[in-house]
Amino acid sequence: MALLQISEPGLSTAPHQHRLAVGIDLGTTNSLVATVRNGISVVLNDEHGRAMLPSVVRYAADGAVVVGEPAQAAQSDDPVNTILSVKRFMGRGLADVGDTSRLPYRFVEAPSTSSGQVASTSSGHGMVQLRTVAGVKSPVEVSAEILKVLRVRAEASLGGELVGAVITVPAYFDDAQRQATKDAAKLAGLNVLRLLNEPTAAAIAYGLDNASEGVYAVYDLGGGTFDISILRLSRGVFEVLAANGDSALGGDDFDQRIHCWLLEKNQLSALNPKDTRLLLTLARAAKEQLTEHDETRITAVLSSGELIDNVLTQTEFQSMSQNLIQRTLQPLRRALRDAKLAVADVKGVVMVGGATRMPQVQLAVGEFFGQTPLTNLDPDKVVALGAAIQANLLAGNRTSDDWLLLDVIPLSLGLETMGGLAEKIIPRNSTIPTARAQEFTTYKDGQTAMSLHVVQGERELVSDCRSLAKFELRGIPAMVAGAARIRVTFQVDADGLLNVAAREMGSGIEAAIVVKPSYGLSDAEITRMLQDSTQHAQDDMQARAQREQETEANQLCDAVQQALAQDGELLDLVQRAHIEEQMAALQEALRSGGQQLIKRAITALNDATVSFAQARMDKSVTRALAGKNISDLDIK
Amino acid sequence: MGVTLSEAAAKHVQNFIAKRGRGIGLRIGVRTSGCSGMAYKLEFADALDEGDLQFDSFGVKVLVDPKSLPYIEGMELDYTREGLNEGFKFNNPNVKDACGCGESFQV
Repeated sequence: MALLQISEPGLSTAPHQHRLAVGIDLGTTNSLVATVRNGISVVLNDEHGRAMLPSVVRYAADGAVVVGEPAQAAQSDDPVNTILSVKRFMGRGLADVGDTSRLPYRFVEAPSTSSGQVASTSSGHGMVQLRTVAGVKSPVEVSAEILKVLRVRAEASLGGELVGAVITVPAYFDDAQRQATKDAAKLAGLNVLRLLNEPTAAAIAYGLDNASEGVYAVYDLGGGTFDISILRLSRGVFEVLAANGDSALGGDDFDQRIHCWLLEKNQLSALNPKDTRLLLTLARAAKEQLTEHDETRITAVLSSGELIDNVLTQTEFQSMSQNLIQRTLQPLRRALRDAKLAVADVKGVVMVGGATRMPQVQLAVGEFFGQTPLTNLDPDKVVALGAAIQANLLAGNRTSDDWLLLDVIPLSLGLETMGGLAEKIIPRNSTIPTARAQEFTTYKDGQTAMSLHVVQGERELVSDCRSLAKFELRGIPAMVAGAARIRVTFQVDADGLLNVAAREMGSGIEAAIVVKPSYGLSDAEITRMLQDSTQHAQDDMQARAQREQETEANQLCDAVQQALAQDGELLDLVQRAHIEEQMAALQEALRSGGQQLIKRAITALNDATVSFAQARMDKSVTRALAGKNISDLDIK
Repeated sequence: MGVTLSEAAAKHVQNFIAKRGRGIGLRIGVRTSGCSGMAYKLEFADALDEGDLQFDSFGVKVLVDPKSLPYIEGMELDYTREGLNEGFKFNNPNVKDACGCGESFQV
């Protein structure tokens, strides 16, 4: 018969209606699945008792797909068809991936969408693809293979179908990366209850949601990535105040240091790949040994027959890895600065990722924060455990404490306005879900369409921001410039996905468009964009003022030219010459630059056209009234 | 008679309650539902309900409401592992017929 689990009081499920839900940590190096069983969050092991599934997928010519350890083992024999760290490619274009020369894969650039307005389900557009022996695969498909294995493991362990899963993503993942993760889950047959930020999951695993209110830091040093997040808990609600990190720093770098030390000690150079792998494996083992012991012995026989036999002490390891640890402290300071907090404001520190087992890491973090970090949960499992707790809640297996999780968007979202300026609609670090609306208007008389360009970034000029999508609102009734009222709504849902809608308020016409963000940014890039924005704050402000003047000048010239064409006969030659002179002066000012100069020329042209405008007004009133009785006029 | 736990089941229950951080024992009962008449109820107990019958098994307090007792009188609750799956198993002498999966039963 079926095996039952203990439910919370009053929440026993009806037969065959168990609300089985899991939390999945879809990691760069390893993935895990966890669930809440008998009231406790536990990681589900495979049939060999292993919790961690290496995030490695190998494609064979016959269509067979191998995931995990066996795929990892084939890594060196079949590097082209064995995909590692696919998470780095999720929602990214070829350009975002950066230097591909050191990766063994055959990258294919997918046809990018020209307009950026695609239904949000058809992800994969613009995302980099990998050519394998089994065909071209998108990162979404590769990730789905990993998720499928975890789903099968979970269903075997829980004895039934899953109602859903909570999948964790890094806090800095952008819309495209989150959507790609959701698509991968769908492809794997999983119903995504929610995407959850990894640091938030870790905090939940530690039960910090039941702890006292305050600010908590999550220090996540994984195999190849480092993330720091600052969370605030208030009334049981988590909010990500700031996130920072280094996408090219992790436990592997520590192995590399030991590896280099071995080469130096033994005066070796240019090893073959097999020996390099051997030494890296030994370096990793030595690193793990030094977590428990003061020294460790490394012995190996190289393919040349050369014998390696060295003793590495904890002290030596500490000094060679000192600057790696220092590199984690810089993003930490930046995150605190972003959150406008001091070290003393941090109430607790959560350690995530296998690399945080290293005593020197714990020491450095403890010293930085002036307190002992939380380490009693397995740092490799803590994210999955927290995700499982939330999945259990969302599946309806808990009633009492109803918490809601708030996350933030990493970079401001906005629209391009005339003159190439970025108008921020949702500022950076706004908690999500959120919706903001702003009204825009037409720039020219009779304008019937408006192009909306959604951008992301902190800079004032669109050219310095990242383009997310473009779409058009058509069918705006012809009106004079500035009369149309177009309300643009930005909505970011709980998973961090963005919807933009535009509506002309007078006529009610709407652009019913799903905006699919093109593709991703690296966290390093986010950091760079943030730094740029502070460094260039002064320049940006001036650039904005300049562009605003230029836009105003152009708009004025257009209007005057149009008026001259329509009602030029109202002017005598002298008047007309004066206006044209001032307009020429303004155009000259536009060419030569100076913001003050343009401003003065605008004022001059405005002054020159006062009487002309008056004359036009009189004319149009006369025309409107011509041939009509006073009783015909609809005076309200 | 009453309802008992196997030693393994009792150990697990104690462990679960300890980790959960609260609870006075285990509540076992039945309710009408399911594809074959009756279904088991297995929950943490935070409080004693009026009329609850109490049984003690290897240090675990088992609570059964009087209406449920006739259906599970003499039952032993065991904890077993089947493949990757593990959980509680009901060995109920009163069951005459059960649905395929055994989650619901008739007496």
